[in-house]
Amino acid sequence: MLLRHTDKKVKERNALTINPAKTCQPVGAMYASLGIHGCMPHSHGSQGCCAYHRSALTRHYKEPVMAGTSSFTEGSSVFGGQSNLLQAIDNIFNVYDPDVIAIHTTCLSETIGDDVSQITQKAIDDGKVPAGKHVIQASTPSYVGSHVTGFANMCASIAKYFPEVSELKLDQVNVLPGWVEPSDMREIKRMLLAMQIPYVLFPDTSGVLDAPQTGSHMFFPKGGTKIPDLKRCGKSIFTFALGKFCSELAALELMKKCSVPFEVLDIPIGIKATDRFMMKLSEVTGTSIPQMLEDERGQLVDIVTDMQQYLYGKKVALYGDPDTIIPLCEFLVDIGMKPVHIVSGTPGKYFEQRMKELVPGANFRNGPQADMYLMHQWIKNEPVDLIIGNTYGKYISRDENIPFVRLGFPIYDRIGHSYFPVVGYKGGMRLLEKILSVIMDKMDADAPEEKFELVM
Amino acid sequence: MSYEKLDDLMLKTYPKKVYRKRDKSIVVNNPDEAQEIQANIRTIPGMITQRGCTYAGCKGVILGPTRDIVNITHGPIGCGFYSWLTRRNQTRPESETSENYIPYSFSTDMQDSNIVFGGENKLKEAIQEAYDMFHPKGIAIFSTCPVGLIGDDVHAVAREMKEKLGDCNVFGFSCEGYKGVSQSAGHHIANNQIFKHVVGLDDSRSDAKFRVNLLGEYNIGGDAFVIEKLFDKIGVELVATFSGNSTINSFENSHTADLNLIMCHRSINYVAEMMEKKYGIPWQKVNFIGAEATAKSLRRIGEYFEDEELINRIEEVIKEEQLQVDTCLAKIKPNTLGKTTMLFVGASRAHHYQELFNELGMETLAAGYEFAHRDDYEGRAVIPSIKIDADSRNIEELHVEKDPVLFSNKLVDKKEALMAKGIEFSDYDGIMSDMKAGSLVIDDISHFEMEKLIEMYKPDVFCAGIKEKFAVQKMGVPLKQLHSYDYGGPYAGFEGAVNFYKDIERMVNSKVWSLVKAPWITQEALNASMVKVH
Repeated sequence: MLLRHTDKKVKERNALTINPAKTCQPVGAMYASLGIHGCMPHSHGSQGCCAYHRSALTRHYKEPVMAGTSSFTEGSSVFGGQSNLLQAIDNIFNVYDPDVIAIHTTCLSETIGDDVSQITQKAIDDGKVPAGKHVIQASTPSYVGSHVTGFANMCASIAKYFPEVSELKLDQVNVLPGWVEPSDMREIKRMLLAMQIPYVLFPDTSGVLDAPQTGSHMFFPKGGTKIPDLKRCGKSIFTFALGKFCSELAALELMKKCSVPFEVLDIPIGIKATDRFMMKLSEVTGTSIPQMLEDERGQLVDIVTDMQQYLYGKKVALYGDPDTIIPLCEFLVDIGMKPVHIVSGTPGKYFEQRMKELVPGANFRNGPQADMYLMHQWIKNEPVDLIIGNTYGKYISRDENIPFVRLGFPIYDRIGHSYFPVVGYKGGMRLLEKILSVIMDKMDADAPEEKFELVM
Repeated sequence: MSYEKLDDLMLKTYPKKVYRKRDKSIVVNNPDEAQEIQANIRTIPGMITQRGCTYAGCKGVILGPTRDIVNITHGPIGCGFYSWLTRRNQTRPESETSENYIPYSFSTDMQDSNIVFGGENKLKEAIQEAYDMFHPKGIAIFSTCPVGLIGDDVHAVAREMKEKLGDCNVFGFSCEGYKGVSQSAGHHIANNQIFKHVVGLDDSRSDAKFRVNLLGEYNIGGDAFVIEKLFDKIGVELVATFSGNSTINSFENSHTADLNLIMCHRSINYVAEMMEKKYGIPWQKVNFIGAEATAKSLRRIGEYFEDEELINRIEEVIKEEQLQVDTCLAKIKPNTLGKTTMLFVGASRAHHYQELFNELGMETLAAGYEFAHRDDYEGRAVIPSIKIDADSRNIEELHVEKDPVLFSNKLVDKKEALMAKGIEFSDYDGIMSDMKAGSLVIDDISHFEMEKLIEMYKPDVFCAGIKEKFAVQKMGVPLKQLHSYDYGGPYAGFEGAVNFYKDIERMVNSKVWSLVKAPWITQEALNASMVKVH
């Protein structure tokens, strides 16, 4: 057994987290920054933070992840990181020449109280920021919230910095996709295109973290939301903030600065959440939903009707980020499955509220000590038929012999998430295919010879 | 290979101050001359470095591979999360029920209230909870950046909890990420605390005739398993490995060995030095990467113990193992001969792996370390002349004295007698002495320099880590990860050498690179007959 010390008996813990279902803010900020075209994320802290975040994102995407660090030493920790950051800004513009440097803080620079906006201003005053180039910053202390919070904070900084205030409105909407994969961002754009709705989507990591092999390394790949698009999103008629935890802050900033009204919707995972997104898009823009998307919806529902017997009543344990888990839970319930154990390390009352509505009978917890160790203990007490979550679930899956679908961050040991979406109706089909495949593979593996089925 | 082109590009691109600093870290090698390279100094902010932090070196590298210590990261959640299972430390517990905490990540998950009011109480509670749940033999505490800044005393907490728990060794590491200039400081801190709190607690001695420790072998990809098997075959007992496939008890007992063998000089020479001072155990540098190097290292053990039976057994084992190496090389070498490589990794791997490339008939054009000191480049002779700067001064140097009871004069005499015969001890000549004249040696290479090197020299395979892997491959050059072995291996010993040969042959001969350009880019196909449809 890999997790041989996990005991069935659940004891409340107050201080010790074991096998976390979250990580820290800066990695989320780094991921969000990569969704701006020509942007170099910069980690204002020790080298290790940057090395760890780059490694995590690289392992997840199998793509280059370029980012700078202020390389704090003991001296800078005592005297402040201003000199390091000024040097870094100067060097990055000189050597790597990005359009934007997106600085995020770390627990180190936050604890010593570095004022990054003042340092940035000094860099501008000292002429270290070339004309037409930008430096933005987000405060992302690792001891508050989770990686999701860091993503939200960087998105909010983007929304605060770039959009131009204007009386003029353009026939376009803003879409904040939340922390989803490049494939999901691509899929959302495809849906908008199918509806012929002009949009600005940010951040957009498609074309950055799913870049093609061309024989040359583009330091700043062709994807990412372009700065002129970010500037004009203040003129949009509406903002769709997908995922309360990831996108609400940025939508609020856009409203404050440019009076763009917004609504928070779930990330469109599954039938109903996608339906709501489609309906709201249609309502706001007056566009009808094209036959193509309706057909895709029909295909998705068709799979569910055809495969009910393999899904109905099956128990599921899932863990990950609230914005993903909420619509996923709804989808699982809709297709007849039964989410019974749910954890998320990301704190926030809204999660609990939605879980109470969606899966009132389930074990769910988020925030401190809502970790994978607890979920594993719950599984030992009430076994499940399926586990859904990031790569770390493979240890529980193997020990308990439970089918496992990888979803969320990080996925270190499989490919696919960069290229094939889980959002929208198409994404729903992929999710269903994955769920059915692992459940049916186990049926095939476990069936006695005389019950081994050709047709299923 | 000429340095001028790279120099020219750097000069054009780098701000003056950066250029002046980087220039001292780049040397055109001349093994016949004593050359100085700048190393173990601060990375210039904003340069995109390979380096990580002190915590990573301490918790991730040195203590990570030991299976029966509960390693609690004291800090916000990230550090504990990223160092959770990512270093491929394989381990083989004695039985199905023996302790193995490697698949677990333990953290105090500090919140803002802990930053404001201090985290010591939460840490104590976390230790208590871990003890109540698992009753481990040892609990180690690793400090992350904010811990030192807010003044939490992890050592006082460790002392208090050790006393309170009674049967659990609790010890702490002040390995905050900002200490030192790279992972290297973390290695040193780990060495110190293990020596202070663990080594020497168990004086029991097995009756094996030949007893050695292996230091600086971390069992990536199962390397330690291969080496253990070899030691078993030649009849030498491995008292402790620091720290691949290890247990806390093996460390406690390690001072009873008669010889320390060092693989990774950078990360662990401190323990060897301290053991020699306190217990009189001499150390020698070995390398089990590369078939020839493995044979040489095994022979060193025979030479040390001066036992004919042992020496004969070693020769038999080498002969037997060399067979698979020769068979494999005969097949593979024609496909690798004359190809080129560059290695930028670690502070021993960039050196050790040149052995394997030599065996494949491949040339190393450039190499360098991520976190080495000058002695790893220029050899230990340079140590007295290395200036202590502000960053290295921060890392504690333990004051070690002879153990009045356990210090072995016998081993000291043995060492002296062997030295008189010309056998070397405490020896490491560094990477530069083994590299060709004209090859480039670069310390703490920046991403910019790496890309320029590749553009200019197009090596057939490039060796580095995960952060470099996909950028280099996007440039059309296969990258071999020498931290994680690309999830392959083992690469140690004779068996490992064969694995490595095969992997490199696959990489330098892969057909996939010929598919990179689509046919319509390379071929003209203008025979259009269809009219554009609207």
